[in-house]
Amino acid sequence: MKVTIVDYNSGNISSVINSFKEVAKEKVNIEVTSDPNKIKSSDKVVLPGQGSFKSCVEALNNIDGLSDSLNEFTMTNKKPLLGICVGLQMFADIGYEETETKGLGWISGKVSKIDNQNGKYKLPHIGWNQINIVRDSKIFRDIENNSHMYFVHSYEFVPNDKKVISATTDYSSNIVCSIEKENIFGTQFHPEKSDMIGLKMIDNFINL
Amino acid sequence: MLKNRIIPCLDVKNGRVVKGINFVDLKDAGDPVEQAKIYSDGGADEICFLDITASNENRDTIYDVVEKTSKKCFVPLTVGGGVRSVEDINKLLNCGADKVSINTAAVENSKVVADSSTKFGSQCIVVAIDAKKNGDKWEVFTHGGRNNSGIDALDYAEQMEKNGAGELLVTSMDRDGTQVGYDIDLMSKISSKVNIPVIASGGVGNLDHLVDGIKLGKASAVLAASIFHYGKHSVKEAKDYLDSKGIPVRI
Repeated sequence: MKVTIVDYNSGNISSVINSFKEVAKEKVNIEVTSDPNKIKSSDKVVLPGQGSFKSCVEALNNIDGLSDSLNEFTMTNKKPLLGICVGLQMFADIGYEETETKGLGWISGKVSKIDNQNGKYKLPHIGWNQINIVRDSKIFRDIENNSHMYFVHSYEFVPNDKKVISATTDYSSNIVCSIEKENIFGTQFHPEKSDMIGLKMIDNFINL
Repeated sequence: MLKNRIIPCLDVKNGRVVKGINFVDLKDAGDPVEQAKIYSDGGADEICFLDITASNENRDTIYDVVEKTSKKCFVPLTVGGGVRSVEDINKLLNCGADKVSINTAAVENSKVVADSSTKFGSQCIVVAIDAKKNGDKWEVFTHGGRNNSGIDALDYAEQMEKNGAGELLVTSMDRDGTQVGYDIDLMSKISSKVNIPVIASGGVGNLDHLVDGIKLGKASAVLAASIFHYGKHSVKEAKDYLDSKGIPVRI
């Protein structure tokens, strides 16, 4: 099996690579690339993302054929994809960070700034917060409700169809922190930085 | 609910821990990778390396340490000390650091903060402020506390937030190494002034000081070095204690 981590200059992905390699050991081939053909031939794809929504979308679009190959992999071939942080946010139709930017449009919804309630809540939302599992997801196998995950973000994904939400976290409001829609998975938190419980989630994705 | 973080800090010089845990069963007490792993296994919410390597020829040792640690520890890793440029930050991130803290370079050229947070995202840019009290205000010091910039620490904190810092690591130079507790006044004033998280540092001598840093100092996270060294307290003990005082922690 081949799991591909998409390297599209979206910021620092070493931790994502390290964690997937730690979980995969010798059993699974972890490839790091932005080559559209290699993505098409993968069994699973991980889409990381750091920085702003706008910078990530631009970085993605800067690589010829990349968004087309991701579209084909995910929407046509229906193969499993995991978006992490801004990787998840890009599933949306539109994002409002810096300026209005069009997303991949895989899951209808928008990405907007977390309401800090006039400074009551510090932003970015940085640190360990508990996830409230609202619907069973395949990546939550053997992961208990209220587990702690590591977050760092100022924007949140607000999907139109609430049925795609698998977990939320409490920070100012119930922020969407995990989604599952058919073959599409996404986490707002960073499983690669969430200690053993995060590695378990990565293991669940690899073993889908 | 978001938990307050406990961040043990290891001083690293020429690739070796100079202030760290002195456990008898350690194979190599000076190995930063092994010590970081002990902390992360013990429930540390993040690990911080402060590189105090003085000579330029040994600067590269930290990259090797970061690379090895990031393959063994799966909690956030912050690295600071001697970070001069966007390229230095890029190199540390590529080696596996999750955040980089910038001190002197941020004072001398605030563009480093703005440029790096635009390039890598503010989530990985921590501005470290070494502050020392002078009359009724605090001044920002650089070069490991040797030079007084004369800049007001509160104004500077606000400016760094505007420049794109994701977090502020505030160290009281008056308290650092004294073990008499954080400068609560400094922490709470800066924390109230900015909307980004503040990490309190400098002066922790016992577990009550951690409680004070969060409750009175309004810090989002508490960094400590000495109390976790020599086995005085484990990270777990610290967390259990904070929990018993009603502070939300990840247990």
